[in-house]
Amino acid sequence: MSYIELNVPDSMRNHGTMWSQWKHRGVPAYLLALVLTGFYVMVFWFPEILAPLTSLLDPLARALRGSAADHWFLYGTVYTLSVLIMGARMLVRYRTQRYHVYRTITLMIVQLIAAYLIPAFLSRIGTNEFYFSYFWPLKPEYLFPSNISALVQSDNGLLMFMGFWTIAMTVIATPVLTYFYGKRWYCSWVCGCAALAETAGDPFRQNSSKKLSAWKFERWMVHGVLALVTVITGLLWWANADPTSPLASYAEPANRIYGFLIGSVFSGVIGVGFYPLLGSRVWCRFGCPMAAVLGIIQKYASRFRITTNGSQCISCGNCSTYCEMGIDVRAYAQRGEDIKRASCVGCGVCATVCPRGVLKLENR
Amino acid sequence: MGHMTFNDIKPYEDWFWKKNRIELKQEAVTEIRSCLGTELPRYGGTEVPSYCIVLGSGETIEADIVIFATGSVPAWYNWPGQYLPGVQSYVHRSDLDVLEANIQGASTAVVVGGGLIGVEAAEVLHSRGKHVTMLVRESGFYSNVFPAEESDFITKHIASYGIELKTTTELDQIVKGETNGRVDHVITSNGERIKADIVVLATGVKPNISLARDSGVATDRGILVNDRFETSRANIYAIGDCAQFSHGIQQLWYSARSHGEHVAKVVIQGAGPYSRGLYFNSAKFFDLEWQIYGVVPQDSNLGTSLFWKDARSERCLRICHDKGSVIGVHGIGVRLRQEVWTNWIEAGTHIDNAVSQLSKGLFDPEFTRGVLI
Repeated sequence: MSYIELNVPDSMRNHGTMWSQWKHRGVPAYLLALVLTGFYVMVFWFPEILAPLTSLLDPLARALRGSAADHWFLYGTVYTLSVLIMGARMLVRYRTQRYHVYRTITLMIVQLIAAYLIPAFLSRIGTNEFYFSYFWPLKPEYLFPSNISALVQSDNGLLMFMGFWTIAMTVIATPVLTYFYGKRWYCSWVCGCAALAETAGDPFRQNSSKKLSAWKFERWMVHGVLALVTVITGLLWWANADPTSPLASYAEPANRIYGFLIGSVFSGVIGVGFYPLLGSRVWCRFGCPMAAVLGIIQKYASRFRITTNGSQCISCGNCSTYCEMGIDVRAYAQRGEDIKRASCVGCGVCATVCPRGVLKLENR
Repeated sequence: MGHMTFNDIKPYEDWFWKKNRIELKQEAVTEIRSCLGTELPRYGGTEVPSYCIVLGSGETIEADIVIFATGSVPAWYNWPGQYLPGVQSYVHRSDLDVLEANIQGASTAVVVGGGLIGVEAAEVLHSRGKHVTMLVRESGFYSNVFPAEESDFITKHIASYGIELKTTTELDQIVKGETNGRVDHVITSNGERIKADIVVLATGVKPNISLARDSGVATDRGILVNDRFETSRANIYAIGDCAQFSHGIQQLWYSARSHGEHVAKVVIQGAGPYSRGLYFNSAKFFDLEWQIYGVVPQDSNLGTSLFWKDARSERCLRICHDKGSVIGVHGIGVRLRQEVWTNWIEAGTHIDNAVSQLSKGLFDPEFTRGVLI
């Protein structure tokens, strides 16, 4: 089983990755993709099939959130366990590189606490199941008029805090942190999608397409999704302000279609299910509207970049091969140019796999 | 090994060449002659040079300008048995295919030569589970280049992988097996017999000049060029490993790239002489990265350099100075910022100033433990 592979030498290496049936689109990779997509299809549309598994988690669910387990609790538990188990593998594999150790531990803690234990606790005390680690537009409903007005105007202090937290994180923290650190503060340190991609997805990072055509497709897709979610949010606010407007009637159906196509099919079934075939960041690269917003800030108003060390690049291609976002890092490095790309999540693996010390993540 | 596929190694996608109006011909050139039927024209002649490049397929391409970038070929030294099956070089891509065939059924390998190619060949063979013995002419790894501490450092690292190092040892002859006609063992300059199913001869390279020489371009060890890469024949240039300047041959991986950039400026803009800039280099010895800028003399000592060695990991750094002015630096397991060290060395910065601002000169990833001198 070379999928988990804990037996590694003193420094991070990729020996044999391209010969591995698991890691380089062999038969096991296809089977795993089938299992993963199948799991997502069952969670989203046929939860009754999972009932026996779900009921196994009843004791845990009662302990954590005070009610019986449902399929979403099963999904959250499997997800968090994957992050923790594969996070441990990640920590062993990259243990000589502190950047990876620190960010992996952070991702594991944020997933466990902010995206698993706190929502369960909130549900136990009977308030909204709220995720402090997700913001608009990744969770579009957090800025929908019905939700945000109820939170901000609530006389419950906790709910009011959630409302202000959402607004402050979206409007203030996101641009400020991205200006100083690039989108990595979120995409490599906080986000739950990143937590799974950087742990369970790490063995598959090399399967992302590096072609120019993939980059072109990516830009249309990711900005298209951002435009879509912005329009839907706008429509909902419009409908809220003027319920009689003819446009208002489109708002809810549009939101439901978005939820099905983007929220379920894209981010779940394709985004995670296709890890073994298309790499660990399919959703983050082609679909995530939050990544699109952060990317625009990163490209035009951020101090973050990957610096190329003079003329030391030997054009070996390790950086491009192991970039999970499909960036052709070498194309810049071999010309001695710094890399400033909207899609870069700042995972730092290009710098780690570089055999000549040519790449460095910097906030200049 | 097994990090990448051949596609991942290509520096550009396949559409790149056509888009940039570069026609790729994958063929051998058999002859370059003047299309006018005379000998190749020299500078100052009256006729406009026009060259006919004859390909292996018989096709002829006409060109006004020819640039030789024929690289190097392995330098072997007429050892008995050097052409036996199982004996090979490790320079070109085709050598990898030969190696892939040679390792089938092999269990022991001997690598002759302790240079960068030798180390890489040893690593590749080790990654395929072969027992590797290296014959190194010097008393330690790179000991003709590195100060003793660093040479010792690298030697121990390589040995820790189970690579058997025979220092102060050269190859005497390669001996054929009795049954299969392939290599069986080598005999060293010390008379020792070492079992070998594969022998990799990594004793350096020499310029590949045969085509230029046969076409009538002046050659010595390399193709003779001036500081604008001009050969003895009009509008014929030579760059990279195959070129020989008045001061010798520059066989460095990056000099080929900078020669290429400069010769384009010469041809297009009539640019002046090429200057190579401050020496730098880098390599990887198994897991150890090495970078150098400027001069780090082999006989560096505590009087002429500062040496730091990490107590907890395989990292070291040496900054060399001449009466206080920094002249060179190299690091093993420590990444160094080229721009900063180049500036310090070219400006003759005092070593105390360099040390007090050392973090500016480092290129290690964020959160890496610092270098404390």
